[in-house]
Amino acid sequence: MPPRLEMRGVCKSFGATPALGGVDLVVQAGQVHALLGQNGAGKSTLMKILSGAIRPDAGQLRLDGQPYSPRNPLQARRLGVAMIYQELSLAPHLTVAQNIFLGMEPTRHGLVRTDDLNQRARQALVELNQSAIRPEAIVSTLSPAAQQVVEIARAAAVGCRVLVLDEPTSSLSRTDAEALFSLIARLRQQGQSIVYITHFIEEAKRIADRFTVLRDGVSVGTGDASDVEIAQIVELMVGRRMEELFPRSPRSPGEVLLDVSKLSGTHRPHDASFTLHRGEVLGIAGLVGAGRTELLRALAGLDPIASGQVRLGVHTGPAAPTARWKQGLALVSENRKDEGLALGLSIADNLTLSRLPRIVRPAQRRAEVAAWLRKLDVRCEGSDQPVGELSGGNQQKVAIARLLYHGVDVLLLDEPTRGIDVASKAQIYRLIDDLVTKDQPPKAVIVVSSYLPELLGVCDRIAVMCRGQLGPARPVDGLDEQILLAEAAKGNAAAA
Amino acid sequence: MTLRKNLGALGGLGGAFALFTILLWVSKGYSFADPGNLETILRQTSIVAIAALGMTVVIIAGGIDLSVGATIALTTVVVAACMQAGVPPLVGGLCGIATAVVCGALNGLLVTQLRVVPFIVTLGTMLVVRGVAKGLAHDQKIDAPPSWLNGVLARLSPDHAWLLVPPGVWLLGLCALLVGGVLGYTRLGRHIFAVGSNEQAARLCGIAVGRVKVAVYVLGGFFAGLAGVLQFSRLTVGDPTGATGLELNIIAAVVIGGGSLSGGEGSVTGCLIGALIMQVIQSGCSQMGWPNWVQEIVTGAIIVVAVTLDRLRYRRAT
Repeated sequence: MPPRLEMRGVCKSFGATPALGGVDLVVQAGQVHALLGQNGAGKSTLMKILSGAIRPDAGQLRLDGQPYSPRNPLQARRLGVAMIYQELSLAPHLTVAQNIFLGMEPTRHGLVRTDDLNQRARQALVELNQSAIRPEAIVSTLSPAAQQVVEIARAAAVGCRVLVLDEPTSSLSRTDAEALFSLIARLRQQGQSIVYITHFIEEAKRIADRFTVLRDGVSVGTGDASDVEIAQIVELMVGRRMEELFPRSPRSPGEVLLDVSKLSGTHRPHDASFTLHRGEVLGIAGLVGAGRTELLRALAGLDPIASGQVRLGVHTGPAAPTARWKQGLALVSENRKDEGLALGLSIADNLTLSRLPRIVRPAQRRAEVAAWLRKLDVRCEGSDQPVGELSGGNQQKVAIARLLYHGVDVLLLDEPTRGIDVASKAQIYRLIDDLVTKDQPPKAVIVVSSYLPELLGVCDRIAVMCRGQLGPARPVDGLDEQILLAEAAKGNAAAA
Repeated sequence: MTLRKNLGALGGLGGAFALFTILLWVSKGYSFADPGNLETILRQTSIVAIAALGMTVVIIAGGIDLSVGATIALTTVVVAACMQAGVPPLVGGLCGIATAVVCGALNGLLVTQLRVVPFIVTLGTMLVVRGVAKGLAHDQKIDAPPSWLNGVLARLSPDHAWLLVPPGVWLLGLCALLVGGVLGYTRLGRHIFAVGSNEQAARLCGIAVGRVKVAVYVLGGFFAGLAGVLQFSRLTVGDPTGATGLELNIIAAVVIGGGSLSGGEGSVTGCLIGALIMQVIQSGCSQMGWPNWVQEIVTGAIIVVAVTLDRLRYRRAT
C-alpha cells in the first residue's frame, strides 16, 4: 500500500533565498509523524506547500499514491489535507456547530436546518470524545483549548486524511495539552495521519511514531521516535554544538540600572521584583501568556502600571514611552510586523524614528544609518529600501539597531530570534554578548524567550514567570531546561 | 524616488490630456493645449488641489476627513459675513481660515479623545459643520461687497500678465512646496508617515500618536479653509449649500495620486496630479459638449482604474 503522504525532494526559493532545499517526508496512514526543527528551518514553508498556499519549485508530492498538487488551500482541504494553525481560524461570533460546518451547512429550500446542524456537530464532537463542548455555544466564549478542539472537529468532519498541527501545545496549559494528546491518539486509531510540527522534542518523543528533522530547509534525519535520544535530535536540529552558537565573553556586572519592586499591571504581571545591572543579560523564561510580554510593556510605558515601583537610573516612577526612551530604556517587540516596524517605510525611517531631528537631512541621515547597517550586517539594497522587503532576520536587526541608534542603556528584547534564520540568530547572540561586554559603558539587556537553550546560552541570570508571578533571578550555572520547564509549568498544574 | 512612484499617475494625466487635445482638434478644430485653456484648467483645479494637500496629510496618517466640503462652505459663509459687516477682506479671509482650523482641531480631538474611527467622526462633523454654516447664513447665500479678494482666482487682466497665472495658483504652488517639505524633511512629517504606516510601532518608538493625529486634522482644516477662501473669491458669495460632495473629489484626487486609505502612503506630487487628472477630464468633457453624466461616469471609472493599476504595479514590485 502506498504511504498516505509522500514528499520527495521538495524545493522552494523566495527570490534568491532558498527556503527549502530538498525535503523528504513519508507519513503512513494511522501514524503520527513529528516534524522538528528550529524557527526558520523551513517548517512553515513546508506547511504552506502542503496547504496549497504556495507551489514548490521542484519535487513530488503524493497523497495515497496519487499526485498531489493543490492550487489553493480550499482545494487542499477538499483533497483531505487540513491545517490547524497556531492562530486559529474560527469565526468567533458564530456557534460551535456553525463553525464546524462552515461553508457546507445542511439546508432545505436554501434555509439552514439548525437542528440538523447541531445534531451533526454533536455527533462529530462525540466521535472525538469531546461531548463537553456544546454545539450551540458561541466560539468566542470557549477556552483556547476548546476552540482548538472545534477546529480539529471541523477538519475531521470534512473527512480529512492528513491533519497538520502547527505547534498545537504552545498556548495550552499542561492539562489541556494532555487532553490534546489523547485526542490525537483517538484520531490515529481512526486511521488519520497526523503531521505534528513542534520544537518540543519531549513532546514529539511522547506522541509520535516517526520523526523528521528539518534544518536550513533540508530534511537532515528521520527515524522511529521511540528509539532516538533527545541529544541526537538536538544535534540534528542545531547542526553544531551549543557553545559555537552562543558566544560568551567574561562578564562583570556593574551598578544597578533598573530596580523593579512589586510591579503589577492591570492584569499581569503580579508583584514582580528584580534588579538589572549594567553589563549583564537577564533572562525571563515562562510559557506563552505567563505575563512576560506584559512585564516588558509595563516597563517601557506601553501598558499602565497598577502598583509598584520602577527605578531606572536616577528616574523613579511610571513614565510614557517617549520619556522611557529619553531615560534610556526601550523595547524590541515580539511582534515585528504588527508592532515592531512600520513595514511600508524605509529602513532609515524605521531606524531613526525615535530620535528624528526637527529637520531631516537625507544625506546626513543616510550616512549615519549606513554605518549601523554595516555594523549589524543588515543585508539590504540601501537605507531607502522599505523595511518590509527584508528577511525576518534583517528586519529584526533593524529593530534592534533602532535602540542602539537612540543610544539606550537598557534593552528589553521580547523573543528577539523568533522566526529568523540560524545565521541571523547567531549574529544576534553575538551582538547581545558584545553589548554587555565590549560597549563602553556596557549596556544591560533583558531577554524574554520561549526557547530555553537560547536563554541558557546568552543570559547571566534567569527568572521564571508563571501566571503573572516572577520567580527569583538565579545564576545560569546550575539551571537547565528541565528545571526551567518544570517551574514554568508548575503554576498550571497547581491551578488545574 | 517620488517621481518614479508617480510615473503611473503622470502617464494617466498625459494620456487624458493628449486624448482631449486630439478629440477637440478633430471635432472642433481648436487646441486643448492653448495657454488660455491651460490657465483655466489650473484655476479650476486650485480649490480641489489645495484642499487635497490637507487631505493627503490626513490620509497618510491613516485618517480620513469627510467634513472638508462642509468646512469649505462654512468658510465661504464666514468670510462673506465678515465682509458684509465691513471687515477688511484680509481679516475676513483670516477669520474664515481660523474657523476651518477650529473645525479641523475638533475633528482631531474627537478622533483621539473618543477613540471613534475618523470615518464616523468626520461623517458626524460633516453634518454638524454644514448645519452651522446654514444656521449662520439663515439658509441663504450671503452677498459680500466686491473686493480684491475676488481677483485671487480670476483670469489675469493684461496688465498683470507678468504673473503668468493668477495669485491663487501661485498660492497652491507655494503650499504644495511647503507640505512636500514638511512631509519629507521634518520630524513631524516622518512621524505622520509612521503613524499611518503602523500606529503601534509609532507608539513603541515614543511618538506622541495623539498629538500627531490632532496636527494632521488641524492641517486638513487649514487647507480646507484656504480652499474655502478661494471658493469664496470665485463665487463672491458665502454659500452654505456650496461644495456639497466636494470632499469626495478631494479624496479621489489623493487616491488617484497613489494615496492609500490604509495610511502610510501618499505624496504631494501625486495629489496634484490626481486633482489635475480630474479637472482635465471635466474640462475636456464639457468642451466636447458632452453632458454632465458622461463626465461623471468617466471620472468614476478613472478612480477605480487608477487605483487598480497602482495596486497591480505594487504587487508586481514585491
